[in-house]
Amino acid sequence: MAGISRDEVLHVARLARLELTDDEVGKFQEQLSAILEAVSKVSELDLAGVPPTAHPLEIANAWAEDEPHECLPLDEVFANAPDRDGDYFRVPPA
Amino acid sequence: MTIDTLRLTAERAHELLSAKELSGAELFAAYRAAIDERDPELHCYLQLCDDPGGAGIPIAIKDVIGTKGVRTTAGSKILESYVPVYDATVAARCKEHGLRLLGKTNTDEFAMGSSTENSAYGPTHNPWDPARVPGGSGGGSAAAVAAGLAPWALGSDTGGSIKQPSALCGNVGLRPTYGTVSRYGVVAFASSLDQVGPVAKTVRDCAFLYSVISGRDENDSTTVEVPAVERPTADDLKGVRIGVPRELNEAEGIEPGVRDAVHAAIEQAAALGAEIGECSLPRSVEYGLPCYYLVAPAEASSNLARYDGARYGLRTDGADFREMVMNTRHDGLGDEPKRRIMLGTYALSSGYYEAYYGTAQKVRTVIKREHDEAFERFDVLVSPTSPTVAFELGAKADNPLAMYLSDLLTIPSCMAGLPGLSIPCGLSEGLPVGLQLVGPQFAENTLFRVGHALELALGFDFVPERYRS
Repeated sequence: MAGISRDEVLHVARLARLELTDDEVGKFQEQLSAILEAVSKVSELDLAGVPPTAHPLEIANAWAEDEPHECLPLDEVFANAPDRDGDYFRVPPA
Repeated sequence: MTIDTLRLTAERAHELLSAKELSGAELFAAYRAAIDERDPELHCYLQLCDDPGGAGIPIAIKDVIGTKGVRTTAGSKILESYVPVYDATVAARCKEHGLRLLGKTNTDEFAMGSSTENSAYGPTHNPWDPARVPGGSGGGSAAAVAAGLAPWALGSDTGGSIKQPSALCGNVGLRPTYGTVSRYGVVAFASSLDQVGPVAKTVRDCAFLYSVISGRDENDSTTVEVPAVERPTADDLKGVRIGVPRELNEAEGIEPGVRDAVHAAIEQAAALGAEIGECSLPRSVEYGLPCYYLVAPAEASSNLARYDGARYGLRTDGADFREMVMNTRHDGLGDEPKRRIMLGTYALSSGYYEAYYGTAQKVRTVIKREHDEAFERFDVLVSPTSPTVAFELGAKADNPLAMYLSDLLTIPSCMAGLPGLSIPCGLSEGLPVGLQLVGPQFAENTLFRVGHALELALGFDFVPERYRS
């Protein structure tokens, strides 16, 4: 299970929407392989019948009334935006 | 009156303000003067506030916590120009109590790190020895409190980011029970682990600040009602059962000086009347770190997907949307977030999900059960907070795995959602050693009681030696 190939690094980077330089690909391949080898230790345990824990508290859904609230002021929100077109965020064509 | 910010506790500041022996403006000015004097060397703050409003005790807030109108970068270049439009609930609660924001403190980028060296804005230095790290990720908050640049501060803790820097800087730091403090408005790292908590000079100050920030918040559906916070007064530990988990106290890599200081503190606890017994958390320590480094990066890879250059933060142009996103993330994110995003994406990807993430979630159950069992016999578990005292800047910078080991002893209880308090218990090589006290969920008051009694008995001087006059 441990070890990750150069192609896998590139595949994961694409999934994660990360552009990587050639140097970065090599560096991450080496570092991620070492980290994956260390974390693969979890597979040593016999976990038959053990349920997963996704969340440390035993709480179920928290409900709230579906009531409209005041929105944040749009001009303040758009002040953080790289580009704006009226009440929309402008991005390059998909 | 002369204000010695190195020694002044928040509690004492509160008394002076209430008695009108001191004004809020004088107090604020005293901290600003201390910041002007010592922060150029330490670099605790990323941003200072000139006129924050309020008339009460000043406070520093870690830069992963959103503050309305005050730049919040999470230590990342990708949020270099981000100014929140609303306050995080914890920041709002501080304001409601009149606390005055001194500024935003340095952090490893997105709280990912154990030394504050991963900040895009340069490292923070340890006030006890500026050649050494303050720990991380909340090194800015911890160093600011230790150096008298804030009476107290807020931090955030995913796997040790409050407790470990508190240990390395000689402070008291609380990672509260999961669900007791709202994360609304806090930059998310790993949502099933992230908690906000206080950093202070004393256990009573820590309890004071915890009472300000804790409690149910309708904007964070994981929060619950919290038992009334008791500021501790007892100076004995009669009737308290303290467990010493073998694996947490004998783990490879614990420095002899750290072990000795922790042993002495345990003997002190016995002298104060506590019953001491040995126990075991065999799988929590051995598998805690691997479990954490699957769960936390997996959640981070999802949480950090929002940094896409579309709505806020940095944007680097590209020919189309996808290229813009990829270029933005390349330019805006540092190595550690990239590493964790990649690791998490891999662990969640098709074909690997069950083997990595699914397995880690089951290991998390094992860790939780082991702790539950220990708490059938004990009220509190003790160990060192960090295996080592503060290490030198750069010592682990090129070896992510070695850096991850800094959190070996703090991670297991985080995985189980348990509260942990770190108090200083002595010096090793002239540097502070932290004692970690872990309790069952919602047992903050017990931790405060034990921490306070030990603090009184140990008499640790929290002012770094180089600042003492």
